[in-house]
Amino acid sequence: MSLSIQKRKDIIFFSILACFLLVVLPGGLEPFRLNLVGKYLTYAFVTIGLVVCWGDAGILSLGQGIFFGLGGYCMAMFLKLQASTVEATKNQSTPGIPDFMDWNQITALPWFWKPFHSLPFSLIAVMAVPAALAALIGFAMFRRQVGGTYFAIITQAIASVLTILIIGQQGYTGGVNGITDLRTLDGWDIRTDHAKLVLYYIGVVLLLACMLFVWFVRSSKLGRILHAMRDQENRVRFSGYNVVNFKIFAFTLSAAMAGIGGALFTLEVGFMSPTFVGIVPSIDMVIYCAVGGRNSLLGAVYGTLLVNWARTSFSESMPEIWTFAMGALFIGVVLFLPGGLSSLYQNYLDRYMTRLVAALTARFKPARV
Amino acid sequence: MPLDDGSLLEVKDLSVSFDGFQVINDLSFNVGKEEIRVIIGPNGAGKTTVLDLICGRTKATGGSIRFAGKELTRLKEYDIVRAGVGRKFQTPSVYEDLNVFENLEISYPHGRSVFESLLFRRSAAVIERIHEVAEMIFLQDQLDRKASELSHGQKQWLEIGMLLIQDPALLMLDEPVAGMTVSERRRTADLLQSITKSRSVLVIEHDMGFVEQIAHKVTVLHRGQILSEGSMESVKNDPKVVEVYLGH
Repeated sequence: MSLSIQKRKDIIFFSILACFLLVVLPGGLEPFRLNLVGKYLTYAFVTIGLVVCWGDAGILSLGQGIFFGLGGYCMAMFLKLQASTVEATKNQSTPGIPDFMDWNQITALPWFWKPFHSLPFSLIAVMAVPAALAALIGFAMFRRQVGGTYFAIITQAIASVLTILIIGQQGYTGGVNGITDLRTLDGWDIRTDHAKLVLYYIGVVLLLACMLFVWFVRSSKLGRILHAMRDQENRVRFSGYNVVNFKIFAFTLSAAMAGIGGALFTLEVGFMSPTFVGIVPSIDMVIYCAVGGRNSLLGAVYGTLLVNWARTSFSESMPEIWTFAMGALFIGVVLFLPGGLSSLYQNYLDRYMTRLVAALTARFKPARV
Repeated sequence: MPLDDGSLLEVKDLSVSFDGFQVINDLSFNVGKEEIRVIIGPNGAGKTTVLDLICGRTKATGGSIRFAGKELTRLKEYDIVRAGVGRKFQTPSVYEDLNVFENLEISYPHGRSVFESLLFRRSAAVIERIHEVAEMIFLQDQLDRKASELSHGQKQWLEIGMLLIQDPALLMLDEPVAGMTVSERRRTADLLQSITKSRSVLVIEHDMGFVEQIAHKVTVLHRGQILSEGSMESVKNDPKVVEVYLGH
C-alpha cells in the first residue's frame, strides 16, 4: 500500500519540525536561549490540545491555564517533597514538610500531599488530575448543552476561582509565591546546565510523541466526527452519536496535554506559581493557537514559538509596549487571517508542495498504479 | 399496547406546549409498515414539531409515542436513532467540511462510541455499503467532492443517503424537495418509492404535486390537531381542508 500525498506531506513537515527542534536549535542557540525555547515548547502542549478542542470540536476554552497549572503543581509537589527532607529542613519547627507550610504554622503534611512522595503517582497525576477535572466540567456543561461563549466564560471563571483558591490557601499551596526552590528529580539535580539540556530534549520528544498521538486521533473517524459536530451538531446527534461524550473527550484530551506541558514547565523553570493558572495565561495560550492556526498541529507549535519569541524580544527592548503589540497581533489575526499563519501556507504554498511531493513520488517509485 | 394492526409507529394523545401555548394538542395517528405518510398543513400547524417530538429533540408534555414496541418519549435522542428512527432536517444538514464519502461514513451505524470511533477502520464492507448508498442517491461519481461544493438538491440527497445508510425502519423527511428543480423532484420521488420497500417514511411537504406522487396516505394538521386523514383524493375533497389550507 502506498501512502497518500497528504500523508507524505505530513511526514515531511513533521520531520522538518523534529529536525529543527532536535538539531538546529540546540546547535545554534546558547544554553540560556535554548532553555527559553524549552519553556515556550511547554505551552505548545496546550496549543496542540487546543487544536483538537477548539479547532476540531469548536469548543473554545479560555481556561487551559487551569490544566497547565494543575499539571505543573502536581510536578512541583513531588519536587518540593524531594527538596524537603528532614535533613534539609532541620531548622524548621516541623522538619520534613515544605518550608512554606512551616511558615504558615502547619505542623503535619496535609493528606493530599502524601501521595506525591511517589514519582509514578506524581507522573500519572500530572495527566490524570487535569483530565479528571476537565471531564467533570465537561460532563456538567455539555450535558446541559452549554457551549460557545457561555462555556468560554465559565472556563475563565473557573481559572479565576482556582487562582484565588491557590493564593488564599497559602499554607497548602505556597500562595502567591507558588512552590519554589525545587532541586532534584529522584536524586537528579534539575538546576544544572546539563540537566536543562536533557530536559529540553525530553520536552521535545514528549511534544513530538503527543503530536503523533493527536495526529492519530485527528485522522481517525473520531476526528471527522468532531469536525462534523462543530458544523452540524444536531445532524451528528440525530445520527446516533452521544455528542456529549465526544465533547468531553476532546476537552479532556486537551486538559491532559496541558497538564504534561505544565509539568515540564515546572521542571524547566524550576518553580510553579498561580501566575500560570489564571485568566491571562489562559488567553495567551488561545492567542498562540489562533496565531499559528487552530486547524493545524504544526501551525499551533510554530505559532507558540513565534509569539513567545516575539514576546521575549519585544519585552527585552520595550516592555511597556509588548501587551499592546500582543493585543494588536491577536486583533490582526482575527480580522485578516482567521485561519492563522497555517492558512497562509494552505492558501499559497500547499499546491506547490503537493506538486513537488507528487513529482518526487513519481520519480522514486515509477509506474506504480 | 402491542401494535397488532401492523403499525410501526403509534402516536397517542400527544401534547406539547411552549410557554403555555399548546402547539400539539392530543394528537393521535399511526404509521403502518412500508407506508409513505405525508403530513401537510398550513405554516405553524405543528408539522415540524411532530417530527421533533418523535426524534426526541422536543420533550412531550403528555401522551405516548410507541415505535416497534418501544416508548420513544423516554429515550435519549441517540437511543431513538439506534432504535431505528432517522430524521432529515428542513435545511440540508450535511458536513460541509467533509467529502461525500466521509459524510456517509460518519452516518454508517458502527463505531458510534468514542473509543470505537477512534479505532474504526474502513473495512471492505463499509466501503461497499457507502458505494451502494451513493449510487441510490445519484452521487456515485461525487464521493471525493466536498459536501460544500454540491448543489442544493445534491445536498438534500446526500442527507437522505446519510439516513439510508443507517437502514432505519422509520425515515422522517422534513420538506425533502424544497428548493429542488423539477427533474430533481422527479428523481427524489423515485428514490422515495424505491427505499420504502423495506421501511416506513414520514414526510412533511408543501409541494402538492410531489405529495400526490408519493403519498400512500395524507394527514392534514391544523393548529396542532388532525383536521383530516386519508387518501390524497379524499383529503383534497374535504371541505375543511380546502378551507384552511388548499383553498389559499
